[in-house]
Amino acid sequence: MRSIRAAATGAVMLSLALAASACGGGSSTGGGSNDSPKELTYWASNQGASIEVDKKVLQPELDKFEKQTGIKVKLEVVPWSDLLNRILTATTSGQGPDVLNIGNTWSASLQATGGLLPWDDERFEKIGGKDRFVDSALGSTGAEGQPPAAVPLYSMAYALYYNKQMFADAGIGAPPATWDEFVTAGKKLSQDGKWGTAMEGSNPSENIHHAYVFAKQHGADFFTPDGKPDFANDGAVAAVKQYVDLMAKDKVIAPGNAEYAQNQSVSDFAKGRTGMLLWQSASANLKSQGMSEDAYGIAPVPVQSGTPGPGKQVNSMVAGINLAVFKNTDNLDGATKFVKFMTSDAEQKILNTAYSSIPPVKAAQADPAFNTPANAVLKDTLAKSAVALPQVPDESQLETAVGTAVKDLFADAAAGRPVTTDSVKAALTKAQQQMPTK
Amino acid sequence: MTATAPAAEATVRKRSPGATRGPRRRTGRLRRIGLPYLLLLPALLLELLVHLVPMVIGIVMSFKELTQFYIRDWGTAPWAGLDNYTVSVDFDAPVGQALLHSFLVTVAFTVLSVGLCWLIGTAAAVFMQDTFRVRGLLRALFLVPYALPVYAAVITWVFMFQHDNGLVNHVLHDQLGLTDKPSFWLIGDNSFVALLTVSVWKGWPFAFLIVMAGLQNIPRELYEAAALDGAGMIQQLRRITLPSLRPVNQVLVLVLFLWTFNDFNTPYVLFGKSAPEAADLISVHIYQASFVTWNFGTGSAMSVLLLLFLLVVTGVYLALTSRGRRTAQ
Amino acid sequence: MSTPRSPMAPPRTFLWSRRVFLTLLTGFVLIPVYVMLSSSLKPLADVTGAFRWLPTELTIRPYIDIWSTVPLGRYFVNSLIVAGAATVCSVVIAVFSAYAVSRYSFRGKRVFTVTVLSTQMFPGILFLLPLFLIYVNIGNATGIALFGSRGGLILTYLTFSLPFSIWMLIGYFDSVPRDLDEAALVDGCGPLGALFRVVVPAAVPGIVAVAVYAFMTAWGEVLFASVTTNDTTRTLAVGLQGYSTLNDVYWNQIMAASLVVSVPVVAGFLLLQRYLVAGLTAGAVK
Repeated sequence: MRSIRAAATGAVMLSLALAASACGGGSSTGGGSNDSPKELTYWASNQGASIEVDKKVLQPELDKFEKQTGIKVKLEVVPWSDLLNRILTATTSGQGPDVLNIGNTWSASLQATGGLLPWDDERFEKIGGKDRFVDSALGSTGAEGQPPAAVPLYSMAYALYYNKQMFADAGIGAPPATWDEFVTAGKKLSQDGKWGTAMEGSNPSENIHHAYVFAKQHGADFFTPDGKPDFANDGAVAAVKQYVDLMAKDKVIAPGNAEYAQNQSVSDFAKGRTGMLLWQSASANLKSQGMSEDAYGIAPVPVQSGTPGPGKQVNSMVAGINLAVFKNTDNLDGATKFVKFMTSDAEQKILNTAYSSIPPVKAAQADPAFNTPANAVLKDTLAKSAVALPQVPDESQLETAVGTAVKDLFADAAAGRPVTTDSVKAALTKAQQQMPTK
Repeated sequence: MTATAPAAEATVRKRSPGATRGPRRRTGRLRRIGLPYLLLLPALLLELLVHLVPMVIGIVMSFKELTQFYIRDWGTAPWAGLDNYTVSVDFDAPVGQALLHSFLVTVAFTVLSVGLCWLIGTAAAVFMQDTFRVRGLLRALFLVPYALPVYAAVITWVFMFQHDNGLVNHVLHDQLGLTDKPSFWLIGDNSFVALLTVSVWKGWPFAFLIVMAGLQNIPRELYEAAALDGAGMIQQLRRITLPSLRPVNQVLVLVLFLWTFNDFNTPYVLFGKSAPEAADLISVHIYQASFVTWNFGTGSAMSVLLLLFLLVVTGVYLALTSRGRRTAQ
Repeated sequence: MSTPRSPMAPPRTFLWSRRVFLTLLTGFVLIPVYVMLSSSLKPLADVTGAFRWLPTELTIRPYIDIWSTVPLGRYFVNSLIVAGAATVCSVVIAVFSAYAVSRYSFRGKRVFTVTVLSTQMFPGILFLLPLFLIYVNIGNATGIALFGSRGGLILTYLTFSLPFSIWMLIGYFDSVPRDLDEAALVDGCGPLGALFRVVVPAAVPGIVAVAVYAFMTAWGEVLFASVTTNDTTRTLAVGLQGYSTLNDVYWNQIMAASLVVSVPVVAGFLLLQRYLVAGLTAGAVK
């Protein structure tokens, strides 16, 4: 028995020693270096119809960059399901790419890890200065008062897509501009097995995007000004209730939407099962689903009353992708050059056209290619009435907690259980209690 | 296994080759004593590297405040003492409540899933012990769920469980008229049933495979003798098949139990990052508590609690089954 | 043996219950497979529509598209290499360990078996980060790239399946009568000779079952592969998710690809079948 204990003790000691030496290994190389100036690794997010499509879009541009600078860029397109975990792992272990795409709502959370290179004014000068970028896009690059953690690459915004034929059949003259009109139109459309609109009820991210804009329209936020979670205030409760009521009370969304999480709402719209769709930059999706561009119209997302604008009149979140440099990069200058290249006017035009997004770079945005009616609505929204999701370190927790709470409320609505102010408040209170206390 | 060890050791020692063959050369004896350790060495090294050291690091993590502010350099993360544990087991507060709920769901799910997997697997193996016409074909078919990549298998079930367009509602509602309106399977309370179905569909072939292999070790003569004694099928099953399968079953049930309890892939593909409450398995819950909310300290503390629970259950299980095994012999 | 009315003939009730049970079970097993097959032959628009038992329009298009939507061939080869190597190593190492535990008495035996088993009680997801750190540190210290390489995956997966493999093999080895290998030892075989000439052949069904388990563990693992592999080393289990993109879920291609990659695995199982049912009954005893 004694020998067993000795063996066990030995094993534990050995493990602890190994553990101690292993801990903190991720940070061994701190602020970036220029040890391998001829090579870069780039993690791109999946923006196109598939990963292979993305490679076809990006590779020619990377070749161009190599011709200009002699730096070879190794491209990996990372699926969305893996991207955040990959970044987290890279941050922990120090083994990551040099340059990477991040969802812009993650900016503040990733900034807090200290894994990304801060873009102070000096560094921004190297890529032409902050002034080149649109304000709303810059507003989603990290916490206020700190140098941004990333540079805007692609911008997107929500818009209301509507089926022209179905609107005509239902006798709806103009796309709805307020939520009351939206519900009225939705009720007219909801007949014969068709529905007013569709929502991704089981997708926490979509839920939080909508819930946040609704909250803003009610003059509320999910965080207090000093950054504490405050999910269950009256405005937020009213906002979430209004959102879920589209299914629960107004019945302009099919109950089956409560389990949607794989963009079924887009294909429902493309197939004429729903008359309206609230989506970010949907043209490319709709095209790949076989819906012709003439078949649908595009309008700003409704507001409570009046017209879209700042403050309570916002009608979209600032959606988009940012480009970041990993702090452990061993080609700092090359990485900066690459960011400059990717945000240059010429590349911005090419890339944003390919992905049907809007360039966050002012000069590129002015290009006629982005003046189509669809792009005009998106551009206008981004310029005037889009709001960045809270730029706080807890943003990813907010997405999970509130997004899931809304998912459960949709499930209640779909099952025919009543969704009341009390039940919404209870759900949001529970979500808030799951947030870290500090 | 452990509780029988002394008895087994005793018998082995009595009959061990060294004892019967007498001392040879000194080096030979040394080699014989060192041999078991030598045989274990590769496994030991690998386990240490891939399982044990990470586990110890995990335990260390559970005493740290390891949030997104510190993951880049773990050394700087402040010690949290028992904070992560007190948060996890405070069943009056939401985090503890959610953990307890998730734990209970997991226990219920595991018991049902393992029970069904074992039952179906054993029944199928016993029914297919004798040759009949399509036995080979069936045997191959039955392994298909196990041979499919997890993602492919589960995503197919997601497809079938869809509310509007799925096969399950098409059959139950449209064709058989068993329900008033189409049911939800991927959200709400039914999600537990959905999870169980997928888990059993995916898991029973493994039980089938293991029991089938175990059945091969039962000498045919035993059945012939029993048949001559006039024992019926049921009696043969009770008196020969099940007792002979006992060692295999003991491990099989344990393996299935631990495996199902910690299964991550099935619920994750089925429900995504946030499972419905009725099917909130502990593995996804911990994943959410650590990866999604970036709080690895709390996630680790929950894992350590789970480890303790499973250690106790396994210990009790082994003690009970081994005693049963000894009395049966 | 199965001539009617012989003393061994099973009673009629048994035959009937067998028929009913196996029919139901076959249905349970096959319905999802049928759904995969029929969906894989439909155009995407039909797959996302209401379910129909019989497809209205058949196309083999998905079976062509799967190769260009994601590099399926490369993922398949990666998975085959990784799972194959992990299986062989895992089985060999488990055979040694299980033999030692089953046939020898030595100090620390119980500690070994219990410790090995306890590794299966810790949620896998929390191994991830520490394991990455260890691999990265090994890489930095020795230059052996374990992180993200196939070698690292093989090492990881073989260890993932090792504990259960050892435990299951102990069970199978225990059920091989000791007299057999003791006879071999008396006949002058060394301990390893006894293991490979007597115990292993007698436990072939168990070893095959364990090999299948080890293979499937590596074949289906998602989480670890999803964060460590890159485009060139990605395995199938993760790669299949490439059919579900930001914009679309290519259901028909997922189903087609799943079926295509599963055919060789099922075929392999079929080949192994005869070993599963060999073993003691084949006359190794007596």
